[in-house]
Amino acid sequence: MRTRILVVLAAVVTALLAGCGSTPAEQPKSLILATTTSTQDSGLLDELLPVFTRESGWQVKTVAVGSGQAIELGRRGEADVLLVHSPAAEEKFVAEGSAGPRRLVMHNDFVLIGPKADPAGIRGTSSAEAMKKIAGEQAVFVSRGDESGTHSKEKDLWSRAGVTPGGSWYQSTGQGMGETLRVASEKAGYTLSDRATYLTQRDTLQLEVLSEGDPGLLNVYHVIEMTKKAGDRVQTDGAKAFADWIVAAPAQRLIGEFGRATFGQPLFTPDAGKDETKLGL
Amino acid sequence: MDVLFGGLADAVRLLLSGDEDSWSIIALTLRVSLTATAIALLLGLPLGAAVAVARFPGRRILLAAANTGMGMPPVVVGLFVTVLLWRSGPLGGLGLLYTPTAMVIAQGAIATPIVVALVAAALQQVDPDFRVQMQALGATPVRALAALLGEARLPLLAGAMAAFGAVVSEVGAAQMVGGNLAGQTRVLTTAAVLATSRGQFSLAIAFGLILLLIAFGVNLSLTLIQQRQAVTR
Repeated sequence: MRTRILVVLAAVVTALLAGCGSTPAEQPKSLILATTTSTQDSGLLDELLPVFTRESGWQVKTVAVGSGQAIELGRRGEADVLLVHSPAAEEKFVAEGSAGPRRLVMHNDFVLIGPKADPAGIRGTSSAEAMKKIAGEQAVFVSRGDESGTHSKEKDLWSRAGVTPGGSWYQSTGQGMGETLRVASEKAGYTLSDRATYLTQRDTLQLEVLSEGDPGLLNVYHVIEMTKKAGDRVQTDGAKAFADWIVAAPAQRLIGEFGRATFGQPLFTPDAGKDETKLGL
Repeated sequence: MDVLFGGLADAVRLLLSGDEDSWSIIALTLRVSLTATAIALLLGLPLGAAVAVARFPGRRILLAAANTGMGMPPVVVGLFVTVLLWRSGPLGGLGLLYTPTAMVIAQGAIATPIVVALVAAALQQVDPDFRVQMQALGATPVRALAALLGEARLPLLAGAMAAFGAVVSEVGAAQMVGGNLAGQTRVLTTAAVLATSRGQFSLAIAFGLILLLIAFGVNLSLTLIQQRQAVTR
């Protein structure tokens, strides 16, 4: 009787495995896109990727992580193409030589947000002054702490304000933007967020935009194709197909429209082909 | 509180409306976790039986390893499997990362130690005289083992339930090796995490409730089998 059960089990496993195996066979062309949590949490990729797959035949496997990890995946050849927003780290990475072309895709901006009561009094101030005030008041600040593009922008703001954050008021989640916003909301703390993720989640948060609009808060996304120098299995044709597609007019139009219906304002500004220096970086 | 009720309403709506995305997530969850459990049983039954009955060097170490493995963090298993399946890793040529197969491998690795440990414990519970009797009756070792497994079938089914429960509810490995790709590797746990990070709490709770329902359904079936056998025994 035991043998019979084992035979049945073996048959079930074979059948199920065959089922699993058939999936990749149906989709021979698939590329790996390493990108940031903001493009996934805001829902932008859900809008873009099905269109890309329909038009190009490439399935896209998205790994949504912090920009630091996305770049690391690219460096190891574990991803074919990157969509990231950490310009300083990107430039260093491209200079290493394993990456191919890097092109401007879009931007939005970072906003400093916090509780309505605004204990540190940063409403309407510049980002540098806001950071100084938060540190001066030792008001709770919730950091991503995950080497993401947002995190490196935050570190950049602290150093421009001449502050080394630390102590019990400075809390690091090590998680994505959505989670970090939630923690900040629960702790009535300040945090730095990209505008897109904040807007898509505003209804569930007790947080308001308190400081915005200065040029230091620009959030710029680039697409980077990887090359065989990063790894033998990098699919350069897929990388090129995706990068060419996302900077072309139809995708740029989709990006410009995304969020307009729901939030009354677009979440990203398409920038392909623009001169980077004119963005105010 | 309204989030909880919203979640309940969402769960009912997703199930009744035949929402294609949700049903494919449910189907994949079942397929991956049941396959992983079945593999764990195939590997774990003989291994656990060997640990319980046979005497060989390293037996206690193997048992201790299995007992440790019962509490193995899925994230750690996921990390190991990810590194193995990386393009630059030893199994990179198979292109398995971010596929359901990769999830089955990781969940199988999580479930196997559970089966080994519980099978070993179950068989060691059986009265030692039972085996002596079997040998005295002239049973071959294989027949004796089969009878032994039959004797311990109730705790064995409990082992299957524990293994399934562990893998269907884990999120760390599924996220890491599967990547939570929409329509390809998104299962109920990773879908719930994503919905949470998007601030869609009702949807997240709906996925959670459906997960509970599935776990209950599978365990109910196994319990019914188990208890029927308990009565007929």
